[in-house]
Amino acid sequence: MNGEKIIKVNHVTRLEGHGNIHITIKDGRVEQCQWQVVEAPRFFEAMLRGRKWNEVAHITSRICGICSIGHTLTSLKATEAAMAITVSEQTAKVRKILLHAENMQSHILHVGYLVVPDLLDAPSVVPLASTHRDQVLLIVRLHRLANEMSDLLGGRTTHPQRPVVGGFTKWPTVEELEALRKRLEESIPDGEALAHLVKDFAGKFPQFQRETEYIALTHPDEYALYDGDIASTDGGTWPVDQYKEITNEYCVPQSTAKFARHKRDSYMVGALARLNLNYDHLGPKAKSVAEAFELRPINYNPFMNNTAQIVEAVHSMEDSIRLIDDLLKNGIKDEKPSVAIKAGRATAAMEVPRGILFHEYEYNKNGECVWANCIIPTNQNHANIQKDMEALVLQIKDHKQEEIELTAEMLVRAYDPCISCSTHCIFL
Amino acid sequence: MKKPRVAFFDFASCEGCQLQVVNLEEDLLQVLEAVDVVSFREAMKEHSDDYDIAFVEGSITRRSDEARLKGIRKNAKVLVALGSCATLGGINCIKNFQDLDYVRKFVYGEKAFSYETYPSRPLKAVVPVDFEIHGCPINRKEFTMVVKALLLGKKPDIPNYPVCVECKIAGNICVFELGMTCMGPVTRAGCAACCVTEGAVCWGCRGLVDDPNADSQREILAKYGLSIHDILNKFRLYTGFSEVAK
Repeated sequence: MNGEKIIKVNHVTRLEGHGNIHITIKDGRVEQCQWQVVEAPRFFEAMLRGRKWNEVAHITSRICGICSIGHTLTSLKATEAAMAITVSEQTAKVRKILLHAENMQSHILHVGYLVVPDLLDAPSVVPLASTHRDQVLLIVRLHRLANEMSDLLGGRTTHPQRPVVGGFTKWPTVEELEALRKRLEESIPDGEALAHLVKDFAGKFPQFQRETEYIALTHPDEYALYDGDIASTDGGTWPVDQYKEITNEYCVPQSTAKFARHKRDSYMVGALARLNLNYDHLGPKAKSVAEAFELRPINYNPFMNNTAQIVEAVHSMEDSIRLIDDLLKNGIKDEKPSVAIKAGRATAAMEVPRGILFHEYEYNKNGECVWANCIIPTNQNHANIQKDMEALVLQIKDHKQEEIELTAEMLVRAYDPCISCSTHCIFL
Repeated sequence: MKKPRVAFFDFASCEGCQLQVVNLEEDLLQVLEAVDVVSFREAMKEHSDDYDIAFVEGSITRRSDEARLKGIRKNAKVLVALGSCATLGGINCIKNFQDLDYVRKFVYGEKAFSYETYPSRPLKAVVPVDFEIHGCPINRKEFTMVVKALLLGKKPDIPNYPVCVECKIAGNICVFELGMTCMGPVTRAGCAACCVTEGAVCWGCRGLVDDPNADSQREILAKYGLSIHDILNKFRLYTGFSEVAK
């Protein structure tokens, strides 16, 4: 095909943060194809230097509004590991439900508000509020449920106050947990309805595959989110303190965020990576949603990350019910966090909505943070987005310019990148 | 009456304040009936530069961002700063107290100098700001209250008394009594003392009241065992850009 196609999408919309797509196709040849990250750097690790142990999670929570719970909990776990503080079973269980709440909130927000418009040929969810009222109300209901869970367990939806080093400042009551359990039970059909809604239009997700490596936490007893070892679909597991062997970050001129690679050119983290590695541990209802989407490990289509997020949202509802039942068996004790400050250095990892998150801190004997490193899921995905975009554009280079542009945008959106996160935290 | 045209923009921030707008859930659908949202990059592909009210989240952290903010100011009849990063400079200003070349080098190594930065600042340090919605993150109810006031042509009622007043109303035990320290005595209320109510302390995210008794706050913090370094850190968590913290 002759002629020139120049695609320059600056500040891609319906994304968290600022990223550009630049593609040039000349006489049927792809001359440029770039995923650029242009977010203003914020230098979080520098902010942490000299800060007290009980301020660190408060600051790192502000890395990202959407995944503030994940950053808070990972931060607390790293501080606890550095000071050899163990938390109670009750603390671990409530934290797990809180993590589920954020996972649901973030996945529903992404699929419902940011991806569904592409499937219904709308520029955003705003016009859908009048043309597809019932579907929008379904999404709003699920999103509100997830936010109310966070409010109840964390104190508020974004930047939670209750989780602190050693435990929680305040606990939910038995009555509150029973009411939440009932709401979750009643809302599972809504989760399944969202799956049906997306399934009806799933044909719009491009049939695109590129073999890559998937990295996620894994655990022998559960679908790993709060705890586990690092695992790869290429084989192998690693304890979390060896994370640098996996992440290998490097700078690229097109981006204010670092890129990462393990053994191949790139790897992917997030819902699809978790599903590819931990499929067997999904709850029964989540598994049937996965089957409806024909999602089986190993799935190499990055667009299926959207559907993996729906599967996980249903899993989070199911597993929260299981955890609440577990908690209710023993009643809620009014435990107070107990902390003995000491010097130390440790790493913690957790699966947050967009993938595996690492925080590593060093504290001096006064409990002041002297060194910090955070590696964000989206950082780990940037290189894979770039490689996918190169392969995808090669496959569709003869299509119309608008179609190439939309498909490239949909690819980036499928990763649900959290760009403000990814530019802020790296080495100190 | 023509519906006011509203736009959302962001600079260096976690975008958590715009998320609070999305988190209005069903109430957001009602807001959408009263205004036309013409630009909201995080949620919409549609975009227009023709708007009446601009809500802007985030701090200005690069000289190259100033032109975009000035453009927004030029287009908007009313500019509202959204959240601590925009109203105070917020936590982005923590880095202002360190050597910025050193900070860049540590984060980005030898590539440091291709990453532009300058001392972080609130929006009002670059352009005039008409209204401020404080908080990290903003409170959803306060956002709706401000929108209603703007639609009615009224000045939103933002408190100018300290968080301690709301803590008393909430019936909280003073955190100083519990052996902790707090920024509540000098911090602007309006949050219903939500952090203390949830068992934490006030971190100062809504900024200082107009006439804070900063000397007395320093004395109290020192009395409760904080070193000069700790006291400065307390003030510089959110309000580092203000003169009091310098």
